[in-house]
Amino acid sequence: MIEARGLVKKYGDVVALDGLDLSVPEGTVYGLLGPNGAGKTTAVRILTTLLKPDAGTAKVDGLDVVRKANAVRRIIGLTGQYAAVDEYLTGRENLRMFGDLYHLPTAYVKERSDELLARFDLTDAADRSLRTYSGGMRRRLDLAASLIAKPRVLFLDEPTTGLDPRSRIDLWEVIKDLVADGTTVLLTTQYLEEADQLAEEIVVIDHGRVIAQGTSDTLKDQVGGDRLEIVVDDPAQMDAAAQALRSVATGEVTVDRADHRIVAPVVGGSLTLVDAVRSLDAAHVGIADVALRRPTLDDVFLSLTGHTAEEDQA
Amino acid sequence: MSSAVPTRPRPIIGWGLHDGLVVARRNLIQTIRVPELLFFSIVQPVIFVLLFAFVFGGAIPIPGADPTTAPDASVYRQYLMPGIFGQTVAFASAAATVGLAEDMKRGIIDRFRSLPMASGGVLIGRTFADATRQILVLFVLSITGLLIGWRINDGILNAVYAYLLLLFFAYTVAWIGSWIGLYMPNPETAQTAGLVWLFPLTFLSNAFVPITAMPSWLQPIAQWNPISSLVLSTRELFGNPTGIVGDAWPQQNPIAYTLISCAVLIAIFAPLAVRRYRTSTSR
Repeated sequence: MIEARGLVKKYGDVVALDGLDLSVPEGTVYGLLGPNGAGKTTAVRILTTLLKPDAGTAKVDGLDVVRKANAVRRIIGLTGQYAAVDEYLTGRENLRMFGDLYHLPTAYVKERSDELLARFDLTDAADRSLRTYSGGMRRRLDLAASLIAKPRVLFLDEPTTGLDPRSRIDLWEVIKDLVADGTTVLLTTQYLEEADQLAEEIVVIDHGRVIAQGTSDTLKDQVGGDRLEIVVDDPAQMDAAAQALRSVATGEVTVDRADHRIVAPVVGGSLTLVDAVRSLDAAHVGIADVALRRPTLDDVFLSLTGHTAEEDQA
Repeated sequence: MSSAVPTRPRPIIGWGLHDGLVVARRNLIQTIRVPELLFFSIVQPVIFVLLFAFVFGGAIPIPGADPTTAPDASVYRQYLMPGIFGQTVAFASAAATVGLAEDMKRGIIDRFRSLPMASGGVLIGRTFADATRQILVLFVLSITGLLIGWRINDGILNAVYAYLLLLFFAYTVAWIGSWIGLYMPNPETAQTAGLVWLFPLTFLSNAFVPITAMPSWLQPIAQWNPISSLVLSTRELFGNPTGIVGDAWPQQNPIAYTLISCAVLIAIFAPLAVRRYRTSTSR
């Protein structure tokens, strides 16, 4: 549904995109994950016809985004980083304006607006000016506006940036519903949890190029299995505990003396957990806490780029 | 899924005008919902009227107004009002500069550009709404003028022509203001940049003082300034004192020169602004 080949975009000396390739199948949620400045917004702007690439080609549903820009605009919806809706209009007036500008029939716009307002829980606020809306309500209206023409491809550029955790989870639910309807979604985010929650397929980009690609699980496997974390009761037993864990670990055991925490990479899931507890018991180490966890996308990002997603923001 | 979405048949007026009216409606609703903004855009020229009429009024003689009477403040007020009208419609262009800078900042321009709308639609709507807003401003200003002794002396029809000319000028400068606005990095810069070029433009004209009172090297500039011809046209159409009219062609044919200037300026700045719009993104 979205095909990009070798996209390059430079702003003066700054290379925003450095040969980006993307291939998004129809009906999937694709996560474009990367720190600020990685090129996510530039990629979205090219794919939504706002920006012309310096090199490379991009197609949405087979339509070239440069040569067939207007045809592309008819089948896409865009929700950007800001709630790009008019402050002074009411929710309903906003939807009507965008529907008119999509050149939809008036009767259809009316019906579709009511439907979207109800679906996004905005019916009560529909005839109020947006100045009375909360941040979460604005984002929901923004999303509704991009759905007015039932786009086949929806671009969500950091849709939950700046939202409080509850509004974020609400918006996630809405996005999950959309995918159930068969809409193809390209989602950019710098929140690893968001990509993990929503996207079936994730592309990690840094400095304008793809550095890893796959499902959330395959990316986590690249980091290598699970993490066994234990916290000991008595800091004096740290070394004994680390020694005991080496028998079950598949790699380097790291000891965090400040937190009394020892982390060991393992494979084999809960069976390994049982083995680990047995050998700790045999070494007479008292355990305050023990957990087996899958690596997060934070771990993935760290191991791929050598820095965490947040570090780059400065 | 997309097959379920019907489309509207192409309107007779064309998509450009259709989209322009949709956007104009939006901008005019904003005006109604933020009455403070409209209030201050009316108060400012009213203050100008009062300042010029009562502070400078007695000090600026209008040559050739009426040789039998000494220059007095009431003659100046007749002379002043068309100048204030001209200045007011010129300054209206700043609304487009600031408004577009704000739309870019809020990402609304990004959204408009991602829609299958006519590429001139946003700017056609913007300029149309800005000119429409001036109807109310000119109305309030005219009432103020009548209260301090300004009069329409040459019939209603000519007065209607004068107001139409002023609105056409407002529409023209709104395109220039739009073009500037699309280059602005933020609304704060737009506040300043939207106004800075208007001061020399309006003061190097016959709006407040007769051109004959200026140094001789400035006089040709003032005579060819479209504001001068606009103001002179409205003075003639309202039947107000004109002062001594210069020999330059724009002074001898003010209405024609004003119409030609507006047409030329739109022909230059509308395509420039639309071209800039096509590559504008939020920053």
